[in-house]
Amino acid sequence: MSEFLRSYLTVVWFGLAAFLVAGLLLGISALIRPNKPSREKLLTYESGVDPVGDGWSQSQIRYYVFALLFVIFDVEAVFIFPWATQLERYAVFGLVEMGVFVGILLLGLVYAWRKGVLRWV
Amino acid sequence: MNAVLFASDLPYWLQSIFRVLGGLVAVLLPAGTVVYLFLFKMLSFMQSRLGPMEAGPYGSMQLFAEVGKWLQKEDIVPANAQPEARIFKMAPLIVLASTFLLVVVVPFGPDALFTDFETGIFYALAVSSISVLGILIAGWASANKYSLLGGLRAAGQLVAYELPMVLAVIGVVIQAGTMNLQQIVVAQNTGSMFGWDGIGNPYVLTQFVAFIIFMISVQAELSQTPFDMPIAESELVSGYMTEYSGFRFLIFFIGEFATAGVFAMIASILFLGGWGVPFAWFGWTTIDSVDNWMNFAGPLILFAKMMALVFFIMWIRFSSPRLREDQLQRFAWKVLIPISLVNIMLTAVLKVAF
Repeated sequence: MSEFLRSYLTVVWFGLAAFLVAGLLLGISALIRPNKPSREKLLTYESGVDPVGDGWSQSQIRYYVFALLFVIFDVEAVFIFPWATQLERYAVFGLVEMGVFVGILLLGLVYAWRKGVLRWV
Repeated sequence: MNAVLFASDLPYWLQSIFRVLGGLVAVLLPAGTVVYLFLFKMLSFMQSRLGPMEAGPYGSMQLFAEVGKWLQKEDIVPANAQPEARIFKMAPLIVLASTFLLVVVVPFGPDALFTDFETGIFYALAVSSISVLGILIAGWASANKYSLLGGLRAAGQLVAYELPMVLAVIGVVIQAGTMNLQQIVVAQNTGSMFGWDGIGNPYVLTQFVAFIIFMISVQAELSQTPFDMPIAESELVSGYMTEYSGFRFLIFFIGEFATAGVFAMIASILFLGGWGVPFAWFGWTTIDSVDNWMNFAGPLILFAKMMALVFFIMWIRFSSPRLREDQLQRFAWKVLIPISLVNIMLTAVLKVAF
């Protein structure tokens, strides 16, 4: 296996280690903790009063326009990163290119702003 | 730099065990120190009280007492959450795992590093969002209105802070010309300002705007107080953590402060020179000429810088009121993102000009 893939394998070990350590502590906890469920104890907590309706209540996600814009800008950031590492080589050409790119994006943001979608509906 | 964590001649499995043990220390030690020093002691002193004093000298053993206490607490899964009990129980582990994945890229010394990714900071930004997945799962699986709102707020918060954070980092990447965290450290410590290399070139000076934006985003990422809407004890009763009890609650808690530590490490690597001291002090020129003792001094230097940054994070946390979710959203999109885009272009122009 190449050095490159091996270093990514380390990521897997760290992820497994997190689950292992937390699992170990939870296992110890399972041996010594009490377990006496009662109806009141298992009730959903709503500030001490009896819960009203279903737990999964409907709620409006008010930031969905932001979420849409977020996807666009996040993809854009993916494009900027490789450019940023190579800027020294691209010099003025790269600068102008990215100026146009960021300019268009800023224009999009200003457009969304003027259209009034950058607010909590 | 194949000599990862001074263990290049050991077999791979032994190296991996050493790395994982090192990672455990790198996650849990900052978390414990931050909780004791800042959450227990600093907060108490700021409120004119002593804080824990009984367990050990000045209450320094309080953490062990707390862990012992939480281990004995009952693990309650509410009746409404029983159908989803499995993912309800798994959510805190996902949050903790995201912290462990984050620490993989942090370099602690010239050879003391877990991995040497070419795309280090890119990986860190990507992995840091996994914790929000865990929070969203926790909020949904709890089958509680407060928790669901808290989870949704956490997701909304991600939409607000993630972009300013990414865009602020781009300024540093432009200056360093690399995404590799180790090389970013070297670039700062070998750099010079107008030909003077007395303190290297820490990017906190040249990228001050990016530094401020990054720290604001970190504050929101960690959901510390001006931006703690997902937790919001007084309105959502701790949001996504409402239904958690016993050790699973503690895992959320450890995850929160371990992430604070790791993010402060990443911020000090990006902006304060990381594990390094200015190489000119000791006549080093490249990463290979750095003396071996930096492998031991480096982690301590990084730790000191991390504590300084966490101090500011906690100071702001203890002394500010909570914003509303829409205020953060508006602040991020109408102030932080335009400023960071301008910062990127300005950095690029100056980089090409000089």
